[in-house]
Amino acid sequence: MDINMYNPFIVPFAFGVIVLFINLFIAFVSWIYHLDKQQSKHVLKNIISFKTIAAIWEALRECIFHRNIFKRNPVLGYMHLCFAFGWLALIVVGKMEAVAYVGEYWTNPWLAIFLRFFEDGRAFPHKEVYAFVMDLLLTFVLSGLLLALIKRVYSQLLGMKKTTKHTPSDRIALISLWCIFPLRLLAESATAAIKHNGGFLTQSLGNLLANLPIEHFVLPLWWAYSIALCLFFIFMPFTRYMHIFSEVLLVFFRKWGVTESEKKTGYTDMEINACSRCGICIDVCQLNTAANFNNVQSVYFIRNAREMVNNTKVINNCLMCNRCVDACPVGIKTTLVRQLFREKDGFNKTNYYDYLNTLSSDNKSKKYSIAYFAGCMSHLTPSIINSMKTIFDKAGENYCFIDEDKNLCCGKPLRQQGFLTQAEALKKHVTEIINQTDADFLVTSCPICYNSFVNEYNELKMPVLHHTQYIDMITTNGKIVLEKKNLSMVYHDPCEISRGCNIYEEPRNVLRKTGNLFSTENEKNDTLCCGGSIADTAIEGTDIEAIAKNTFATLTKSNPDILVTACPLCKKTFMRNNAACVKDISEIVVDSLNID
Amino acid sequence: MISFGFSLNTSRTIDIDADNFDKCHSLINHVPSYKRCIGCGGCAATCSAQQHSQFNILKCNLLFRRGEYDTLSNELDKCMLCGKCLLVCPRNVNTRAMIISMRNLLKTK
Repeated sequence: MDINMYNPFIVPFAFGVIVLFINLFIAFVSWIYHLDKQQSKHVLKNIISFKTIAAIWEALRECIFHRNIFKRNPVLGYMHLCFAFGWLALIVVGKMEAVAYVGEYWTNPWLAIFLRFFEDGRAFPHKEVYAFVMDLLLTFVLSGLLLALIKRVYSQLLGMKKTTKHTPSDRIALISLWCIFPLRLLAESATAAIKHNGGFLTQSLGNLLANLPIEHFVLPLWWAYSIALCLFFIFMPFTRYMHIFSEVLLVFFRKWGVTESEKKTGYTDMEINACSRCGICIDVCQLNTAANFNNVQSVYFIRNAREMVNNTKVINNCLMCNRCVDACPVGIKTTLVRQLFREKDGFNKTNYYDYLNTLSSDNKSKKYSIAYFAGCMSHLTPSIINSMKTIFDKAGENYCFIDEDKNLCCGKPLRQQGFLTQAEALKKHVTEIINQTDADFLVTSCPICYNSFVNEYNELKMPVLHHTQYIDMITTNGKIVLEKKNLSMVYHDPCEISRGCNIYEEPRNVLRKTGNLFSTENEKNDTLCCGGSIADTAIEGTDIEAIAKNTFATLTKSNPDILVTACPLCKKTFMRNNAACVKDISEIVVDSLNID
Repeated sequence: MISFGFSLNTSRTIDIDADNFDKCHSLINHVPSYKRCIGCGGCAATCSAQQHSQFNILKCNLLFRRGEYDTLSNELDKCMLCGKCLLVCPRNVNTRAMIISMRNLLKTK
């Protein structure tokens, strides 16, 4: 420690840093303390393993270089890179320079930030190189700042249709962040005007400033710089900028195998705080693009959650199509978090659904190759069920129609609305019935059920197939033969099986055998929701119609004969709102079956 | 009561003084589309829960409107929220939101 290298203006900076780290420490400890048993087990198991190294690599890649934002939008990526990498590099190179200047490792910690002010003009190794590099980094950060300013005024230039609306604390932090680097530039330039110790940028500006009575402004500028830093550090934990640190923590915990549990935990807090409110989810949300809802997107829901404003209208207004999860550069499972916030108390009963029937005894005694679960929505589109029956017969399957009574639900709708105990009760019941059939495969026509069987039902004794997969399987192995017709078709990927379960190729394989399949703008993991999603209870019929029409128009730009989908709910929603030919893939298959 | 020479079946009587309509009003606030219900019963006809039980969403609706809450929360627990009623409703009533709101309102005394 060198007492000569001290000036009162470092006090605000030091105060800010100390407050920041106390705040961070409290937040991190409380999150880790609130992890549940399963999650802690994962952490303890993986903390000393290669996963930690992988986490360091990913933290570098995502938190410093923002690779995911780059992939989506290079200009936006550059802007984030400027701030994250530029600032970190300024601190690291600043520290190196301070060490070179003093000649020993333990220097005053603030020297890395304020060295230019304390320099007395003596020579030290690579002095010019450091001056050049520091100025280069400062230019780099300032270029990012310029982009940020442009984005605020005219976001379209950076490829974003809408950007996030700010809260007051966000605004203070944002303004202080924007002031930090220009103030640093001015302070260093003013010092350079007197001491001639600047690089290409600060020295040139300093020479320009030298014509003014600059010696009176040197100290005030350094004070202003320090105060801007102090303000930013103090407000940071309560603003979007908390993500700078939380994101790193989240990357580590995710790599250690921690996932969201059934209820809110410390990990949920980590996810909520890791949101940088970049607003990428706003532009992909169909509630914004097609139905004009401007305050329900994941970014706003997560902000509400952080500020503990529980607005049920916002929490419930989500189609859970997972487009935002796919787009999120931080990889926050926003829809799962939303589901956790919908949690409602059960009524402490176990026999919610004791009225449900079980499998009849003569069904139990037979041996089946297929257990068929149509799903609630399929019962509203009987043509799908009839087509599936025809296909089963044609393929010579001995099938058991589990929900022929039209009374079983997989429990996913209850789970999505936060009725966990009820969903578990239903899951137990349905699992029992399905397992009693002892079939080789469980085939379902409903993507919602499929997703639920794959992701939630952990006690099923047979592999689960969606009917697209099943049809692909039997056409490939020759159980049924399809005749190619001269029909133009486009395929709509239902959210639950495409983004949810990665079923992309099977339906396309089948459709290519039955007609001419054309591609659309939004396909595969960029698919659009039909709007009819049962995850959303806050949306009204007119908005569903708007989304359905919008999606339909986007998909049928090439003017095909038929829009094919693989979900009864999507089919129903499209048909209710559009007067055009919408068919399920099973109907298409039945149409082109070789009837001999 | 004035005698008009005919009798009223008590189960068909709605006693406006005795019944509590507060919850119905707050339900309309939560789910505005509830007002549009014409009681056609399409929801009850398609209901999954109704296939093997006495659950009847139309009846629940009626009881709730009348403020007769005694058996209601047990009945509503039978709903699986599958959403078939939503799709068949000719008046676009947000039936699932209606049921969830009813459940919540019944819990708040």
